[in-house]
Amino acid sequence: MSQSTQTAKLMVDGPVHGRGPWHRYVFTGIVVLLCLWVLVPIYLLVVNTLSSPADVNAFPKRLVPDVNTESVRFFLNFAGVGQALWSSVKVATLTMILSILAGAPAGYALSRFDFRGKGSFRVLVLMTRAFPLPLLALPLAVMYIRVGLDDSILGLALVHTTLALPFAVLITYSLFSGIPIELEEAAWTLGCNRLEAFQKVILPLVLPGITASAIFAFVISWNEVFAAAVLTIENRTLPAFLLQGLSVAPLHLKFAGGAVLVLPALIFIFLVRKYLFSMWGIANR
Amino acid sequence: MYPKSLPYLLLLPATLFLVLFFLYPFTLVAWQAFTTDTGDFTGEFFQEMATHWKFNTAMLNTFLLVLAVVPFQMVLALYMATLVNGMTRGRDFILYIWTIPLGISDLAAGLIWLAIFEQSGFLNSMLHGLGVIEQPVGFLGYQNKGTIFLAIVLAETWRATAIVLVILVSGMGLIPKEYAEAAEVFGASRWQRFIRVTLPMLKPSLQTAMILRVILAFEVFAVVVALGGTNLPVLMSEVFTWQYELRDANVAAAYALVILAISIACTLVIMWALRVPKGARV
Amino acid sequence: MKSRNILMSLAMATGLSTVATGAANAEVLFWSTQANPPEEAQAMRETVLSGFAAGADFQPSEGGPWLTRIQAELQAGEGKIGVLGSLHGDLIELSDGLTDLSDIDTAGVNSTFLELGKLGTDQQKYFPWMQATYIMAANRKALEFLPEGADVNALSYDQLIAWAKTLAEETGSPKFGFPAGPKGLKHRFFQGYLYPSYTNSMVTKFRSAEAETAWNKFKELWSYTNPGSTSYSFMQEQLLTDEVWVVFDHTSRLADAFNQRPDDFIGFPAPAGPTGRGFMPVVVGIGVPTSAPDVDAAKSLVTYLSQPEVQVETLRATNFFPVVEVALPDDMPDSVKIAGAAIAAMTGSADANPGLLPVGLGDLGGKFNAVYVDSFERIVLAGQDVRTVLDDQADALRKIMDEAGAPCWAPDAASDGACPVD
Repeated sequence: MSQSTQTAKLMVDGPVHGRGPWHRYVFTGIVVLLCLWVLVPIYLLVVNTLSSPADVNAFPKRLVPDVNTESVRFFLNFAGVGQALWSSVKVATLTMILSILAGAPAGYALSRFDFRGKGSFRVLVLMTRAFPLPLLALPLAVMYIRVGLDDSILGLALVHTTLALPFAVLITYSLFSGIPIELEEAAWTLGCNRLEAFQKVILPLVLPGITASAIFAFVISWNEVFAAAVLTIENRTLPAFLLQGLSVAPLHLKFAGGAVLVLPALIFIFLVRKYLFSMWGIANR
Repeated sequence: MYPKSLPYLLLLPATLFLVLFFLYPFTLVAWQAFTTDTGDFTGEFFQEMATHWKFNTAMLNTFLLVLAVVPFQMVLALYMATLVNGMTRGRDFILYIWTIPLGISDLAAGLIWLAIFEQSGFLNSMLHGLGVIEQPVGFLGYQNKGTIFLAIVLAETWRATAIVLVILVSGMGLIPKEYAEAAEVFGASRWQRFIRVTLPMLKPSLQTAMILRVILAFEVFAVVVALGGTNLPVLMSEVFTWQYELRDANVAAAYALVILAISIACTLVIMWALRVPKGARV
Repeated sequence: MKSRNILMSLAMATGLSTVATGAANAEVLFWSTQANPPEEAQAMRETVLSGFAAGADFQPSEGGPWLTRIQAELQAGEGKIGVLGSLHGDLIELSDGLTDLSDIDTAGVNSTFLELGKLGTDQQKYFPWMQATYIMAANRKALEFLPEGADVNALSYDQLIAWAKTLAEETGSPKFGFPAGPKGLKHRFFQGYLYPSYTNSMVTKFRSAEAETAWNKFKELWSYTNPGSTSYSFMQEQLLTDEVWVVFDHTSRLADAFNQRPDDFIGFPAPAGPTGRGFMPVVVGIGVPTSAPDVDAAKSLVTYLSQPEVQVETLRATNFFPVVEVALPDDMPDSVKIAGAAIAAMTGSADANPGLLPVGLGDLGGKFNAVYVDSFERIVLAGQDVRTVLDDQADALRKIMDEAGAPCWAPDAASDGACPVD
């Protein structure tokens, strides 16, 4: 790893970082500033979440909360939160797997082959994201009720997969495009067939990137509300279950609910960060 | 070299998904935009949409937002990616922090930024605490469209730059170091190497990131509604209004098709502008 | 590679449980846009519905998913929803998909609301579930700025404007708040309060000279209104943050303020204009869709919800008032006491001029509301000429009334055929 970070440093040049001590301070300063830019809004959400209802409504607001867990406890004790959380995990996991299984081969095909219909396929993939999903929920729900997929984890995961698929296809496409075809050709000349070459040479290189796009699929599914609210009833996911009422909830519950939604995603990204961040490691070949 | 059917086989699972869960319902909805309840073909819904007094405003606002947010966050993400690549220590940690917004939904982001900008929010509290203002300022008041717009741009940039960053960082990781080394040998400056080597090699990633962001930016909605209320109608909020408040699924479908058409057109432009010439592929 | 195994086993676990959740559920699914906030949903489940023997599964939802789901079930001809709960305006549009509830006992139920629930047909399309209305609320701090001689329980629009003006000038910032946000209920103010108070009409005199006066008065009030109002949807929030001191809103959207700081806030009737003190009740109804899995069980839930004790519990849970005759116990929450007194003063005032909710509009209800909201946005927010906008919007209104063929309702005088727009 340390080897790879050394080479990575040399690999790409930015317009910014010089070498003198002065540059060093500026560099560190900018990095810290950008970290604050990301973290401060989240910190403020936490402040509101951990404040008493009176403090949430007060002005001026305190920047350090007088810790009060009333709002958080309300959500933890809310009937059905546990089950909704579990449904969310199941749907998101299925979405993650399905979107990679369907998306990665398509990404590979787009990057490696020229064939008729390639352009149409790319447009179809992009259309999926460019059309407002809530309008599709009605015909989908009618179809689901008719075929018996209604109110099932699988049914919702299928819709979420459709949402995540364009990302999976595009991300894997750019990953595969980044790997020189010569590398595969070299493996073929060494006696590997196409599948073996893919397994031995390409897969190890792109696996971290694929994991990253899987994470993204997970997050997309985790945060999706509308289809979840229409297509599930007893198996409601957490956002559908909680967010439904949030926009009309009193302020302190709004923030606590927001935190409850954000937290699992943060933990998830933290757990899989190794994959997300080892992506540049693939260049160390 | 390979069976002609191989690429099609590889595309089959994804295509099946898209046809069943997108194309089928999409066709039904799109049909509504062109036909009356009795099944007659008509252009009246597009006409009703285009002549409604909010249409032009919504269109303009959407374009302005896309133009303000996407280039800004592309540059920011590119800058962040080069910073990350220049790091020797703490890179994992910094990248984790910078990618946190990846997991935050637009609804949650709207909530967070509303808490900052609202009249009794954190920004006013801070300004008040510093003695800059005596009375809280109504940043999101209806006459302050400029500040509303700025707040939305900030919130959208905050929320959606992480995905661009991830794509660009992974793209940079794929650039063979020999290229930069060769350029260095020939005496290219850092800036020259960035412009002449890194950027061109990054085209596929830039293309991907930009297409994704542009498409999603045209559907910007939750953050706009949270911060702007009804002050800044955008195309997507009009879709919702027509579908669920005015209960006119036909006009809503027409709006949705307009969003689709604009997104696809922009995608084609980006694909063309950032095309990777054949044979020049890495 | 270890993580891959975890993923696989997770996938298998999810696959298995997908199969297992197919089991039928005998509970009646209660699909509602009301009692949507988490606290209210919790109270609905724990106190209101816990006494229903057959069991009810209360699922509140936002308007969009709510409508999409029931439309899908009606289109598919089968579904899970047993009972629908929503506003009069939402149920109007589902009229064709609602089962006749005429065989449910109506003893003690408000007859005006029962009539509304027929949606212009001879069937009981929905049953009244609960009611609310809009009132004014103020922080006690604002009372010292009342114009001389004004009685807060019998304000006129002119006095309200003067009050808002004094408040803005004396405190340094506008202190009147109005729910003009995306989820704010502003259209009902124009339909049920402003128009009846100035024109004694909601539809017919839409573009009259009196209506022009009304809008100009409102514009004047708006100039002393907190400009943040365009993002306000629940005035209890801004009362509690002290952002504004005097507000107009739905009783259930003020409840939190009354309950949290009952000594700081008062409730009082909406103001009066030249043609009386216009106000409008809001009715929430419960209906049974034709696609319900078990119509009899659904009907018994409707009957259950109409019982006086259950209505009182519903009031506690949601801050919506009963639609059946019932004596309220003394231990009601502060919000009920404060709002209840204001409603009594408003409906019992000598100049009371009640309006009814729109009827007979079918799926044009949303466009009907939009006529008023668009007028507001164009006249007040965009500063367009009042006359031009009213003439413009009157055309739209006339088109809607003609298309729906809806006869006039109070305060407009009854009409033969579609309600005319002069």
